[in-house]
Order: sequence, then C-alpha cells, then structure tokens
Amino acid sequence: MNYSFDFVPIWRNFDTLLYGLGIGLSLAALSILIGVVIGGVVAFGLVSKNKPTAWIAGLYVSFIRNIPILLVIFFMFFALPQLGIRFSKITSFVAALSIYAGANLAEVFRGGLQAIPKGMTEAGMAVGLRPMQIRLSIIIPLMLRSTLPSMGNAFISLFKDTSLAAAIAVPELTYYARKINVESFRIIETWIVTSLLYVAATFTIASLLRLFEARLAIKR
Amino acid sequence: MNSILEISGLRKSYGPLEVIKGVDLAMKPGEVVSIIGSSGSGKTTLLRCINLLEEFQGGDIRIDGQLIGYKTSNGKRVALPERERAKNRALTGMAFQQFNLFPHMTALGNVTLGLRKTRGMAKDEAVAVAEKWLERVGMSQRKNHYPIQLSGGQQQRVAIARAIAMNPKLMLFDEVTSALDPELVNEVLNVIQDLANDGMTMLLVTHEMRFAYQVSSKVIFMEHGVIAEEGDPKEMFHNPKSQRLAEFLGKSKFQ
Repeated sequence: MNYSFDFVPIWRNFDTLLYGLGIGLSLAALSILIGVVIGGVVAFGLVSKNKPTAWIAGLYVSFIRNIPILLVIFFMFFALPQLGIRFSKITSFVAALSIYAGANLAEVFRGGLQAIPKGMTEAGMAVGLRPMQIRLSIIIPLMLRSTLPSMGNAFISLFKDTSLAAAIAVPELTYYARKINVESFRIIETWIVTSLLYVAATFTIASLLRLFEARLAIKR
Repeated sequence: MNSILEISGLRKSYGPLEVIKGVDLAMKPGEVVSIIGSSGSGKTTLLRCINLLEEFQGGDIRIDGQLIGYKTSNGKRVALPERERAKNRALTGMAFQQFNLFPHMTALGNVTLGLRKTRGMAKDEAVAVAEKWLERVGMSQRKNHYPIQLSGGQQQRVAIARAIAMNPKLMLFDEVTSALDPELVNEVLNVIQDLANDGMTMLLVTHEMRFAYQVSSKVIFMEHGVIAEEGDPKEMFHNPKSQRLAEFLGKSKFQ
C-alpha cells in the first residue's frame, strides 16, 4: 500500500463543507421543532381515552417507525408530486424528517406522560384549573423536562439522518463531500474530514445538551 | 345559619363495589369536622367526592348552597361539563397526603398558578396574595425554593398555602400528615390549628387521634361506607357508643 494523502483539495473547499454542515444542522433543528409538536400531539392521542383517537395515533406511530426513513423521504419527494402535491426539495425533506421524528418522539412522550403521577393532575384540578390549563401549565412542562435526554438523542440521530438529503440532492454536508469527491478524486481524505465534522458537531451538541440538562436538574 | 357543606344520600361505587352507601353530612361556617375510621371505610373517597375528584352515582353535594358536579335535566341526572366542574372545584381547597406540589415551580409559583389562571389575578396581585399565605404558614423565607429543596413538612405547608390562597369556602385535608416523618408532623398540625382558630371551615380525614380530639368541633367515625357514629369529640373519644368505635380507638392507642 502506498497511498499518498493529499488534503489540499479538501481544505480549498472547506468553507463549502462548513456551509453544508450548517445546512444539515438547520434542517435537523427545524425538523426536531416540528417533530416535537407532532410528537406531543400524537402522544396525547396515544394515551387518549377516546378509542378511535388512540387507534389512529397508534397506526401513525407503528407505520412510520417501521419503515426506513429513506422511504419516507422518497415518498415525499417522488410520490406526492404524482398526486399533484409538489414541494421544494428542502420542504419535502424537512416534512419527511419531521414526520419521522414525530413518530419516534410520540413514543418517547407517551412514556413521559405515563410517568407523571396522577396527583399532579389532581392538584391542578383542586385549584380549579380546566383540563387544557392543566395540560399547558403542568403536564407538558413536566413531560418535556423528563424526556429532555431522549429529545437530545433524537436530535443527534436526526442530524445524522440529514445526510440522507443527499439522496434527493439537497445541498448539505454529505452532498458537498460527494461533490468534492467527484471533482478531486481525494475520496479517502474527503470522507475522513467529513466524518470528523459529523463527530465534532454531534459531540458539541451532546455536550451542550448535557449542560442544559444539568441546569434543569436542580429544579426537579 | 346556612350550611357551607350539605351532603345528602351520597352513594359511590367502583364498578360493582359500593364504597359509600348513603352519607348525610352538614357543616356550618367555622366548623371543624374530623373523619376517622380504618382504611377502606370510605373516608378519603368521601373527601374526594366533595372536590369532584371522584364521580358519584347518587345523592347531592351542596357547597355554600350550590349544587355541584351534576344537574337534573328532563328527570335525568347528568354530569356538568368540565368547565363548570372546574368552577365547582374552586369552591373547596384540598391538601393531599402526598403534597402534590408542582416540581417545576417554586413555592411561590405553586401558590400563584391557581390565583392567576382560575381567579384571573394580575401577576403582582397574585404574588402579593401568595406571599401573605406563605408567610402565614411560615414559608416566606423559602418562597423561591423548588419542592425538591424542601422537607416533607415544608412541602405540605406550601401545599396548604396553595389551597387556602384560593379563598375556598371549605378546606379539605386528606391525611396530610400520613406521609411525613414523625418529627415533621407537628409543624403541619400547628398550621391547621392556626387556620381553625381563625374560623376556617375545615373537613379533615386523619389518623392523628389526639389532633382530631383537640381541633374538631365534631368527629365522624366511618365504617363500611357509612357514618357509624358522630358527635362531640369529648363524648366520642371518652364514651364511644358502639363497640366498633371503642375497638378502633383502642387500636389507635388514643386512651
């Protein structure tokens, strides 16, 4: 083996990679935000006493969780236009990721909801709060707090999943890395640098989340 | 004088199991009534029916003359919508065995929540009312502490302040000292005694026989879902009429 490493073409395009990393992080952030809303609503559906509501929520969760995420992306980008529903690449990718995150977070939130003692709801009722007020002021804050570590993990895996956007040519980190590959043929170097960028980003996110959790932990 | 609480013919079942089998009870303003009895006698369930934390299948409960929880329409008994029930619940205040403070809010936040959302107070006003009551239960020094930073006795005092700050017609205490370490019981009982001296109308479920004896204007002994004996605490504790009450008091080591 006598491969001579040459990182120069990668350094020359390093700003493109950083730009792609930024896009990836933005896509993940947007998707987790929408995913949290979807997951929250669906989680309340899962624990609902109303049978049809619980059934529909359960169907959504088990269907989405049991198909590969790439399929959801392809469905959004290639299948929906056949039905006359057309989104931009970015929109359909964020939609796919949000729907996917929503299903996973719904399960996480369901666990969080079921772990909240009945006494919390009763204490809210006892001071005359209406059901929606109890949900907004007591149940949802407690649920988000207890599931924060799982949400952090969901965000990290979602960020890694943004690399799948390359499959529908959304310009993010993996997409640009492939582009550099094609232009420079420095394949090993490109993937080493790209991997390190992913690792650095996820490591930073994880550390920030741990810091954030520690701050909230005092209040529990 | 009008009754603050008027219960007639209350019946409550869990499925086929009837746990309250026709209870009548009336309380005048300023009265302090303690409910005693062995576990499973229905005393906590009775308290929870008054605060509509439980459904009940028969009988009426009136608080300050207002019929709560249900109405009769076309001769049928129907549950009031949840909005109305929330208003009904605000007529009474409840302190729980497990305190049930909201862990994500400070002591002050726990007390102001209901004042703001239910009573519609502005923030400043709610804080002023909450601070007054936290002071009253001796917790103003720790108003910015979170529940986890407080002892059981302190948490229970905040929980009592939270309930009473709502200015309820009637305070309900559900075994409020049962979850406390023995050395923390008295600080909570002192708060309740203080409120009783102040003329608060209170209904307590308790296992603290000495306290029931000392604080109550009337004691109720429940057994198998009915009121088995009721009366003046001195009379009840020193000359129990029924064999069962005598046995119960003997076991509770009141004598």
